[in-house]
Formats: sequence, structure tokens, C-alpha cells
Amino acid sequence: MDYFLELFFSGLTRGSIYALIALGYTMVYGIIQLINFAHGEIYMIGAFVALIVSGVCTIYGLSGFAILILAAAIAAVYAAAYGFTLERVAYRPLRGSPRLSALISAIGMSIFLQNYVLLAQTPDFLPFPRLIPDLAFIEPVAHIIGTPELVILITTLITMVVLTFLIKKTRVGKAMRATQQDLSMARLVGINVDNVISLTFIIGSVMAAIGGVLVASYIGQVSFYIGFLAGIKAFTAAVLGGIGSIPGAVLGGLIIGWSESFAAGYISSDYEDVITFVLLVVILIFRPAGILGKVHKQKV
Amino acid sequence: MKIILRDFKKSLLISLWFMFLTFPLVVVRVNTIENVVVWRWSNLIWVAAGSFFLSYLWRYMLARRNRRRKIAEEGVETRGRLQMLLENEQLRNRVLAILLALALVFPLVFDTYQTNIMVTALIFVVLGLGLNIGVGLAGLLDLGYVAFFGLGAYCYAILNHNFDLGFWFVLPIGGMIGCLFGVILGFPILRLRGDYLAIVTLGFGMLFRVIMENWETLSSGPSGIANIDRPGLFGLEMTLAQSTTYIYYIMVALVVLTIIVTNRLKNSRIGRAWIALREDEVACVAMGIDMGRTKLSAYALGAFWAGMVGVIFAAKTTFINPASFTFMESAIILSIVVLGGMGSILGVILGAFILILLPEYLRAFAEYRMLIFGAAMVLMMIFRPQGLISGLRQVYTYKGHKTHVGVKEQPINE
Amino acid sequence: MKKISMLCATLLLAFSVAVPGVAADTIKLGVAGPHSGDLAPYGIPAMRAAQLVVNQVNEQGGVLGRQVELFIQDEQCNPNVATNAATRLVSDGVHVVMGHICSGATRAALGIYREAGIPVMSPSATNPPLTQSGEYPNFFRTIASDDMQSKLAVDYALANLDVKKVAILHDRGDYGRGFADFARQALEEAGGAEIVLFEGITPGAMDYSSIIQRVRRTGADTLIYGGYHPEASKLVTQMQRRRVNATFISDDGVKDDSFLNVAGSAAEGAYATGPRDLSHLPLNQAAVQAYRSTYGAEPGAFFQEGYAATLALLNAIEKAGTTDYDAVVNSLRTEYVDTPVGRIKFDDKGDAEGVGFSVFKVVDGVFVEMN
Repeated sequence: MDYFLELFFSGLTRGSIYALIALGYTMVYGIIQLINFAHGEIYMIGAFVALIVSGVCTIYGLSGFAILILAAAIAAVYAAAYGFTLERVAYRPLRGSPRLSALISAIGMSIFLQNYVLLAQTPDFLPFPRLIPDLAFIEPVAHIIGTPELVILITTLITMVVLTFLIKKTRVGKAMRATQQDLSMARLVGINVDNVISLTFIIGSVMAAIGGVLVASYIGQVSFYIGFLAGIKAFTAAVLGGIGSIPGAVLGGLIIGWSESFAAGYISSDYEDVITFVLLVVILIFRPAGILGKVHKQKV
Repeated sequence: MKIILRDFKKSLLISLWFMFLTFPLVVVRVNTIENVVVWRWSNLIWVAAGSFFLSYLWRYMLARRNRRRKIAEEGVETRGRLQMLLENEQLRNRVLAILLALALVFPLVFDTYQTNIMVTALIFVVLGLGLNIGVGLAGLLDLGYVAFFGLGAYCYAILNHNFDLGFWFVLPIGGMIGCLFGVILGFPILRLRGDYLAIVTLGFGMLFRVIMENWETLSSGPSGIANIDRPGLFGLEMTLAQSTTYIYYIMVALVVLTIIVTNRLKNSRIGRAWIALREDEVACVAMGIDMGRTKLSAYALGAFWAGMVGVIFAAKTTFINPASFTFMESAIILSIVVLGGMGSILGVILGAFILILLPEYLRAFAEYRMLIFGAAMVLMMIFRPQGLISGLRQVYTYKGHKTHVGVKEQPINE
Repeated sequence: MKKISMLCATLLLAFSVAVPGVAADTIKLGVAGPHSGDLAPYGIPAMRAAQLVVNQVNEQGGVLGRQVELFIQDEQCNPNVATNAATRLVSDGVHVVMGHICSGATRAALGIYREAGIPVMSPSATNPPLTQSGEYPNFFRTIASDDMQSKLAVDYALANLDVKKVAILHDRGDYGRGFADFARQALEEAGGAEIVLFEGITPGAMDYSSIIQRVRRTGADTLIYGGYHPEASKLVTQMQRRRVNATFISDDGVKDDSFLNVAGSAAEGAYATGPRDLSHLPLNQAAVQAYRSTYGAEPGAFFQEGYAATLALLNAIEKAGTTDYDAVVNSLRTEYVDTPVGRIKFDDKGDAEGVGFSVFKVVDGVFVEMN
């Protein structure tokens, strides 16, 4: 039973990070039907900025949990700024162009951002300072779930609640939902669609940055290359849950996290990716629009 | 004057914004081991000046593009000079003939290195043309195309290594294996649309790599298979230079074959069915086209070319390992198709040459080349979103009562 | 922008290297390796080593009275690109090549050099068949091969540590997988310890806690890992987090200061094999000093091996008195040369004699040589 719980929490931790990143994919896709391939790089930039902030702080003699919060806040601001600029530079001029053009632009942007960080910073892996203290009360179960995992789970939970509130209860959220349902109709009823799209990118980027900071402080290292694989996994999660659906992204993230964890634990870590993708194919065969995705009846 | 001032203010703001944006990554460098922070302020000046001037250029280019677009919307002839020239069939054929002639004398003029990268470029031309069947014609977004390419390469490597089978014997087998797997993998995913298809195919691409890494007995795992035979010519001993030239000519022949076949396919019954499917699935099915079979045939035919060219790839490098078949390759092939212009054969060729030769010739920029490459992809999409050359389409015009049907080709207006 | 200033600096540097090359009749030294992409950290130090050696040699009048000219090619450790780079070097007419870095790329490129009759010396390609298969008489290396490392690690563990159950993990790459395979083989031959787990992990994955849980469940007291330091530091960090107390033993790809820095306290007590500590050699100190004063940083992976390889190649040409293939190869096999990795010459297969490996243990945040 212990073993099951260990794997369960491993998967839960990993899955909640996937979910945070997947939200950015799913929100952007919901509004402009674009696979934002550069989203993984935003996650990486978030982690990197946090590393720099916390690094500067540690060098000037500050440390502790407060630094992590400061670093996360600044990382979120920068990720938002990068997300916003990304959309303005690489995607907005392409609105009205074929959808695949925007996809290629996104792939190009992903390569660009990766190499930008590589050149501006370093090709090496950098250590992320340990800012999460080990809490004493959790020590007896530390082999199942430790303080960093706890911090990840609580932060993710809070973020999800805030996001849900934002989308369900605020004016802005209403505008976002309207734009998602019908872009041109939303424009007709007086919603500034451009602003909504910018906002979507900003919110998605903040989520990714939070994920990036959490992962970096959990595994203790950052490099310019971490965005790629995380991005692909998160995108898979978004599709699995039903792209465009916010609860779907969370569910998809958790499913991928668990399937990887249990596959590595009970079967073989050699085949964890195989099992994940087989699961994806099987689910898509039975629910072609993902688990929570709406199947749009085509009307002619 | 007012406009100048406004532009100036705008550029100044943009420059300030980019200074803010790049500040932590470009200016600060922390070394937590030796506890030093390096502040590279001079970089900030470069960013400021660079973004200031580039913003002017950006505005100018964007305005120019939008002006053109507007004219296009008003229905005035907007096809570029190049595009119009290409629509002239006689001229197009002449251009193709000249290109072919140039291709044939190429290895005689240039050295082995140039020929060698040209072979790589030609390999990607065929891959681009193959993927074009799926993506460009039938509208099936495939992000795992590299799996079929790898399948062909491994097919030759394994058969050559274990059974000593020759290149010419395996070449068609590689194509057929690709085709077979195209059908097998295509079956379960036919119901999926657009981006769902994209992610599943992405999965296939990754699965291929994982399986090749783990299936030791078949693929010798991550260390790969070395010493694969180069193509033979009646048992003749060839030096490296000679065999590179030989492979080059094989590739030219294959490219010509691919062009002829895809061109014929495009205008055939099934080709028109693909295009119809891409344009409107519902209407297409309502017209009585068997959607499953049509999609499957596009997927499998695309895979056929990839498998075949994979065999040549293995014979060219004489060494393959799973690391040669990553998502990056799939992305490059897809970029070739989109950049060149979906559905357009000439465009795909041009796209392949740009994307494969650009990094080779950007070697002078050493570590900056991938940065420039990424930026170039974005810029080309922004300023030529329909690709370099848009696909030509058969248009049948009805001219008056003479019951004379003229055939003319027009570009697809997306 | 910053890029432009860097670009100018690069061009200047390239120019300063290229200037002597304008003089006719130079010795042409090719350098190939990953200088961009995710494996760049493994290629750039060796490239810089070659630049440092060549600058120094040229200042002292060159080799055989001729200046040495560098031809640098980036191949990103991609086998296909490596063949292009190799063809390029061959068409440039290089006499000897220092490279490539990754075993896979080296293997892909070697055939091309063999046919062109060019001796190749790698500072880092440790795959055993490269020398042991006897297929590449033109290949040499200044680093010991994987099987030797694995055997050393296993022998050390069996003799000095209480090893009963061993878990072996690898990163599925040609290097890591090779190390893991040879470790398994060595363990099976030696007997006495049971292998309870043999599996690959995905490099670059977000975390490895599930596989760490699995290691705990198997009750392994020793974890042997074949691969590079980024994954290794993740593994030891998560072992510490999950309170798994297996002894961590790994390879040369892990014996890197980055491992110590990134893993921090989690690295404590880990073992890794690596080239013997030779920092007491004056030549070694001089090389490191030259790097520090030129680049203002510590040299990275394979710097000393790259430095040694460049020296050995140029020395062989000097001793042979010609750039002729047979003479150079012969002189590599017979003449000893002093390098930062010791006084070496090469055996018939191409492995360096006199290059040794040791087991290191992390004690108080530094690698300490154990035997």
C-alpha cells in the first residue's frame, strides 16, 4: 500500500505541474485554435528568471522561503511579459493567415527563445537554490510526500481556484468565455477581442511560470532545454483532457502524471512514454475530442 | 512631422519595453557557486539600439504587407511577378528543365562537401513532397512523419546488416514497409480531426524512437547500426567522392520520380478527392467520396516516400541511431511544406533548399545560427504566410456557348 | 544588440586564428564537435583547447616550421551532420582531426576519414568498439573506454563497499547504455551481488521520483547509473528527498563539477569514475591557467583531453617530419608525448597508454580520488 501511495503522490505532483502548463495550451487553443509551441519555452524562461532573482538574493545574503515567493512573483511578471510580446510579435500579425502558418511561426519562436536563453545565459545546467525548508511534521511520511511536493500541490490548488474564480465570476472571465465560443460574435457585442487574446496569453504564461518555479525548486536545476519535453507532455495532457476545456487540461495533466508514474513503478520506466501514448490513442479512439472536450456536431 | 514624432515615440517605447524584457536574462548573470553577480550593462545598450531600429523596419514591412493584402481583397491582380511567371506553363517547364540541367552538372562543378549537403537537401525535398501529400493536399496534419523515415532507414540497416541484402533490393521494400505501417497506424486515427491527429502522430514519432532504443536485438539500441553499405554499382569499388556523386544522382532521379508521381496524383481522381477533403469534409462525404479510404491512401502514400528515402539516408550516412529521428526532424519537414507553400511542388523544393542549406551556410555564424534560423522561420511566416509559392490549382472555365472548356491554372487563394 | 558584439568578437577571434593560415603551406588541423545545441557544453571546451594549443604553437614557430591552421566544424553530435562536417574537413584538405565528441557522431564520421587517410583523435568518444573492433586504424583517443570504466567501478564497489543488491539505470543514450551494459556484464562475471533492476530513464524528464521509489522497493543498496550529470544530479537529489539510502555509483559523464554544484548536499557520498587527477602536472596547470586567463572561467568537460589530443597530433607530425598518413600514425604509436593527461603514446588499437581512470568519491563537496 505504501508503494502505491508513493507512486500515487509522485504522479500527482508531476501531473499537477503538467496541468499548470497544459492550461496555457488549452486556453490559447480555445480562443485562437493555435498550438502555441513556444509555451514550453515560457515555462523555461519563468524558471530561469526565478533562478536569477533568487541567485542575486542569495548572493546578497538573503535566503528562505520568502525569496522563493519573491522570485516566483517576478518570474510570473516576466513570463507574462514574454507571453504578451510573443503573441504581439509572432502570432498577431498572422491572424487571418492559414492556421498552419501560425503553427510554424510558433515552432520558429520556440527554437528562437531556446537559443536566446542559451546565448544570453549559459548552455550548462544551473543549480536552483533550495528555498523550501523541510517541515518537521511531515518527516515521518517524507518518503511518500515531502515538503516540496506539498508546496507544489497546495500552490497548484490555489492557482486553479483563482483561475476558476477568474473565469467563472469576473467580467474579464465572461469576456474570455464569450470570445472562446465565438470570436466574431464577441467582437460584435463590444468585447475588445485583441485585449482578451493578450490576456489569455498573459494568464497562460503566469501559470507556466508558476509551474516552472515549482519544478525548478523541486528538482533543483534549470537549463535552457527543460521547456521542450515538458511542453510536449503538457500539450498531450491538454489534448487528452479535451483541448479548449479548462477542467479537461487539469484532468489530462493528472492522468498523464499518474500513467507515467504507475508505468515506471509497476511495469518499466523504459516504456513509460509508450504506455502514455497508447493510453492517449485508446482514449481518443473512443472519445475523439478528448475526455471532457465537446464534440461539435457539424452542421451544414 | 506629427507622424515622425509619433513613430519615434512608439519606437522609443518598444525599445524601453525590450530593455525591460531582456534585462534579467541578458544583463544579469549569477554564479551561485562563487557568489558573484555579473552585470553586463553594455548588452542593454545593444538591445535598446537594436530594438529601436528594428521596430522601424518592422513597422515599414508590416505596413507594406498589409497594403498588399488590402489590394488583394479588392480583387486586383496581386500575384507576385514570380507567381505570374510560374503560371505560364511553358515557362514553368523551361525553368524545371534548367533546374534539372543544373542539378545534373552540380557534382562536376562543386566539391564533395557541397555535393554531400546537396544530397541531404534532396532527401528533405522528397520528404517534403511526401508529407505534402498528407498535409498539403489532404489537410492531415502529421507531426510524426519522421517515424516513417526512420522505419525505412532501419529497414535497410537491419536487412543489410543481418542478411547482407543490397541497396537496390531494399529500396522498394523500405517504401512498402513505410506504406504498410502508414495503413496500420492510419486505421485507428482516421476518426480524429486536425489537432487531435497532430498529437497522435507526434506520439507515433516519439514511440518509434523509444522502441528503437529499447528493442536491442533488432536495432542494437541507442548505439545504432554502423557500417551500412553504400549503394553498389555492379560490385564496383568506389571512393568516397565517387559514391557521394553516385548517391547524388540516385537522389536526383528519385526527386524527379517523386515530382512526376505527385504531380500526376494531384490531378488524378484521388488527388482531387484529397483536395476536396481538405476544403470541406462534410461536403466531400456528401458527394460520395469514401472518407476513410481517401484519408488512408494519403497517409500511406506519404509514408511510402518517407520509407524509400529513409533507405537512401541510411546508405548515405552509413550509420544510424535512434537520435537521428527526433521531433525536430518532423518539425523541419513540416516547416518545409508550409514555408514552401502547401500543395505546391516547386514551393516545397524551394522550402527544402532554404531550410536545409540555410543552417549549413549559416555555419559562419557558429552559435548564432539556430537563433537566426528560428527568427527566420517566424519572419517568413509573417511576411509570406501563404508560403513562398502557393499551390497551383486546375480551374476549368466555361467560355460562352461554344462549349469550349479551357483549362487554366490559378493559385489557391486562402 | 549583444549578439552583434559577440559576433564581432567571434569574427575577430576567427580572424586572428585565420591570419597565419593565409601564409601558404600550413599544417591543417580539423576540429569537430558539438558547438551549438544541447550538447554544446561537451564540445566547446575541447574546441577552445585546440585554439589555445594552436595559438601557442604558432607563436613558437609552428610545426615543422609551418604555421598550424584550424578548421572548426560544428556537428551538434548529430551523426548525419557529422558526416557533412567530416566531408567538409576532407575537402578542406585537413591533415589531422581532433574530434568528434560523441561516440555516435564519431562512428558516423570515421569511415569518411578512413577513406581519406586522415588520423582522427577524439578527446571523449569512449565507446569500446571504436578501437577494439579494429575497423578504424586511423582512430585514436586520449580517454579510456567505457568497459574499462565500468569494470573499474564494479571492481571497486565489490572490493570496498558492502554490495549485495544492485540497481542499474541508464539514460538510453549510447554512452550511458554502454556503461550500464558493461557494468552488468562485470557484475555477472564477478558474482556475489544480485542485479535487481536494469532500466532506462528518459533524459530531460521532469522528475524521476517514480523510478526512485522502485529502487527503494527492490531494496537495492547500490545504484549504478550510466549517463550524464544533469540526470545524475536529479537522481541523487530525489533519492535524498525520498530518503533512499543506496550508494550512488556513476561514470565519467557525472564526474563533473556541475554535478557537485547542482546536486549540492545530495551529491555527498556518491562515487564516480573519471580520469586520474593530474592537476599536479605542470603542463596540466599551465593549460588550465591559459584557459582561465583567456576565457575567465573554469574549463569544462574534456578540456584536458582535447588539449592532450591536439598536442599529441601536432607532436606526431613534428616527430614524423611529414603529414603523411602512415608516418603520422606510426609516430603516434611509437613516440611518447607529454600532455595534461600524462606522458602518453598509443597502442595498436588506438587507445592511449598511460591514461588511467580512478574512482572518486564526493567528500565535503569535492571529488576525492580513492585509490
